[in-house]
Amino acid sequence: MRRFKGLAIGLAVLILVLVGFLFLRSPKPIIELKAETVTSIGPFKVTNTYITSWIVIIFISLFAYAATRRMSLVPRGIQNLFEAIIEAIYNLVTNTAGEKHARRFFPVVATFFLYVAISNWFGLLPLFATVGKVEEIGAHEAAFHEKGVVIDEVAGLNVIMPAADDVELPKTVTLPDGTVADVSADSPVEVKQLAIDEAKKEAGVSEDQKIGVLIPFFRSVNTDINGPLALAVWSAIFVEFWGISTHGFFRYGRKFFNVGRLLHGKIVDGFIDAFVGILEFVAELARLVSFTFRLFGNIFAGEILFLVVIFLLPLVALQVVYFMELFVGAIQAFIFGMLTLVFGIIAVSAPHGESEGQ
Amino acid sequence: MELIHLFPLLEIGDPGLRFLAAGFAMAAGGFAPAVAIGLLVGKAMEALGRNPEAQPVIQTNMILGIAFAEAIAIYALVVAVMIGFVF
Repeated sequence: MRRFKGLAIGLAVLILVLVGFLFLRSPKPIIELKAETVTSIGPFKVTNTYITSWIVIIFISLFAYAATRRMSLVPRGIQNLFEAIIEAIYNLVTNTAGEKHARRFFPVVATFFLYVAISNWFGLLPLFATVGKVEEIGAHEAAFHEKGVVIDEVAGLNVIMPAADDVELPKTVTLPDGTVADVSADSPVEVKQLAIDEAKKEAGVSEDQKIGVLIPFFRSVNTDINGPLALAVWSAIFVEFWGISTHGFFRYGRKFFNVGRLLHGKIVDGFIDAFVGILEFVAELARLVSFTFRLFGNIFAGEILFLVVIFLLPLVALQVVYFMELFVGAIQAFIFGMLTLVFGIIAVSAPHGESEGQ
Repeated sequence: MELIHLFPLLEIGDPGLRFLAAGFAMAAGGFAPAVAIGLLVGKAMEALGRNPEAQPVIQTNMILGIAFAEAIAIYALVVAVMIGFVF
């Protein structure tokens, strides 16, 4: 029986690949860079990433509450798990920053780490990107969709069947009186209606089907560029705060606007110092951009990879992608926290040449 | 818009050219970070072979360095996605 084991596993994988490829493929992915608005509360548009970020915050708060309710000296249960996590991060921070600064840096670094890791992992749960509301193609002015998929209605719910067709609105449409009109977000209603009818006829859509786009209710927080941007801004604010609170405002500012030697008369050295200072300042700003795009790019690319893989080869290749996304989510959280820590250490360390005894 | 014919199927101003641009952006932008990460991990492996006791320190710093190098590839990816899907 042992020599049939490899054969059986190979056969099982092949069957799964075939079943996935033939029956379970999703329609062609429609990738949206901006976060989609789910509802509006007055003038404030609630996007799906905003909803998800609040869910993550509530989850972390409940987890912390459950871990610290009835604490005992010998930890058990959730408190034990929480203590293990906190201790691991604290050891990491202490080994990198040294005893003196570790306590000051630890809350911020641990917050970034936990928030980014949990929000990345939340994006892998089943409800994300699959459950949402349907907006029909070409209908609204605010959300003018040019491409959509065919959506069936099953027992009152709108369902996208596997391997549904994807439909695109025609770019121009001929009106009954012979003129050719462009179809865009601000075309008049009759033009849009004609375009929708033409698209439906071309796709062979029957009466109880619609053409539309799925707006998910939940979407991973860092796939919207505002999430990583906010985190990067706060990271920069904290790094500057640590620098200023350690050195004082003017001494810290002298790292960037180093005109000391210039004013004392040494022209060439002074200009070099000033130029290096300006470069350091630009590097600080560039850090904002790099933090944002690193986190955003990794998580957004992961989401695109998921959509494309379930279009190409579901059930088997998806496992590999899922594992990679788990890993990448954790690594990006670690990197965000560690880079904040490292830049904080640089900010609180003595400026160049000061402790070298001049 | 005037389309200038280059080859039988390719015209300058062809709207399908943006997909070519997206692919090229990612290919060109992914090459150097891959080389950089390869060199970085290679050096880290060398250091690890010399001094296996320093493994946590080496590993932490290696991951930090990989993050910096990978960020450049991610910028290229974001540009490629924007060219392909947004513009």
